[in-house]
Amino acid sequence: MSHHIVDLHDVHFRYPDGTEALKGISLRIVHGESVGIAGANGMGKTTLLMNLSGQLIPTKGEITIGEVTLSKKSKQEIRKKVGVVFQRTDDQLFMPTVYEDVAFGPVNLGLSEEKVRERVNAALAMVNCLHLINRPPHRLSEGQKRSVAIATVMAMDPDILIMDEPASNLDPKSRRQLINLLRGFKHTKIIASHDLDLIQDVCGRCVIIQDGQIAADGPSEEILSNEILLKDNSLELPLSRQYLRT
Amino acid sequence: MKFETEFFNIGYLDTLSYKDTFVHRLDPRIKITVSFIFILFVVSFPKYELSALIPFFLYPVFLLAAGNIPFRAIFKKVLFVSPFAVFIGIFNPLLDTRVLLTPFGIPVSGGWVSFLSILVKFVLTVSTALLLIAVTSFPGICEALERMKLPKVFVLQLLFLYRYLFVLLDVGLRMSRARDARSFGKKGKEIKTFIKLISVLLVRSVERAERIYQAMLSRGFRGEIRVLKHHTLGLFDILFAVTAVAFFFLIKKVHIVNFVGETVSRYIR
Repeated sequence: MSHHIVDLHDVHFRYPDGTEALKGISLRIVHGESVGIAGANGMGKTTLLMNLSGQLIPTKGEITIGEVTLSKKSKQEIRKKVGVVFQRTDDQLFMPTVYEDVAFGPVNLGLSEEKVRERVNAALAMVNCLHLINRPPHRLSEGQKRSVAIATVMAMDPDILIMDEPASNLDPKSRRQLINLLRGFKHTKIIASHDLDLIQDVCGRCVIIQDGQIAADGPSEEILSNEILLKDNSLELPLSRQYLRT
Repeated sequence: MKFETEFFNIGYLDTLSYKDTFVHRLDPRIKITVSFIFILFVVSFPKYELSALIPFFLYPVFLLAAGNIPFRAIFKKVLFVSPFAVFIGIFNPLLDTRVLLTPFGIPVSGGWVSFLSILVKFVLTVSTALLLIAVTSFPGICEALERMKLPKVFVLQLLFLYRYLFVLLDVGLRMSRARDARSFGKKGKEIKTFIKLISVLLVRSVERAERIYQAMLSRGFRGEIRVLKHHTLGLFDILFAVTAVAFFFLIKKVHIVNFVGETVSRYIR
């Protein structure tokens, strides 16, 4: 299906204070692909994700998602297609109960009350959190918050899933559950992370960003075993590969 | 008072409000209205009234018992705010020295009676307000306020206040811990660092607000939040309200303490 293709053409972004965060990124992500985005701190990963989800608009170049080109006018349209899971769960979960939080998106999409209830139940069941439905978010553990944050996005039935450091602050078991969950999703996924093992497990393709430009783009298998390339980008071999080598 | 000790533990009342007893299940609108009427009744008594107020303790005691709320939790918080009431009435005994009562031959001035009356009214109203929060979840109260036609903007402010109060406290707590870890003796704890800490907290809050707004936008926010309606007004709710208000009315009209006292003394004779 062509309408799930994400196409970036020479995307530049300059913050109002003059910092040039993206300097010409061209990328084509096809339907159902999982792409990991890695790179040192401050290289533009988050800026790229914010551009992809219509929170920021490129100062030069073009982002096309499906048939829609991102602009001030089409922002709303893009947001319906793209679900964003933010790095900090406390920013994402802003309603007083889990139910209301997950329902927030579907309600704004203008669904009927019954439809909203269905969506909420389905989304929470997907992340195994149905039992948390009436709890207030501030009483959840970080792992539960992360799962609920994913449910809030899944309830909107997005075509494309964008995640910023999905595994940060998670204990190993929650992290493993998250990885299994993500592998089960058939959506197009774009995941920014320093957790290269997670990228290796979830994403077939890996893009390395350096100084607002693409330093490498290829199969995760290839990129994540290239020690020199990773070192150049303040990264290391995924732990699982380091273990294999010794 | 140290920030860490959580002297005024807000989180605790919140935990209590998620219990499941029949007072917790009552429609929040009913609880708010009845408690408001209760407070009106209490403050409507004249300033020298003492004994007629005593039966009113039944209502907070009822909420306490039926809601399965620990007495200490409420008592400590009432004590915490009591200085306000004490300072309002503290000069009454000095200004009003007219002898009003002589129980067991001890003269008691009007000032003391009105001072005690203020304290009793204070304990009644504040404990009822605290108990209202302890037996009603905060989202429940917001739902009720919205359905009682309070402007939506205020309700949303309250909802966000509730959601981010705990987050803000947490951030503040972590900052204060980080400061303590690197300050020794009095050094590092001056008002100067405190001011800087507060300003950083403000900047962080503004930044967080920006991120939250982005999160809302990416889920299709267009300026309207619907507050969920969980409760429906049942027969039981109405019954509770009618009984409670009728009871307040009864103990306001009939001076039960006098009545019991007179009956008892008649028997003794």
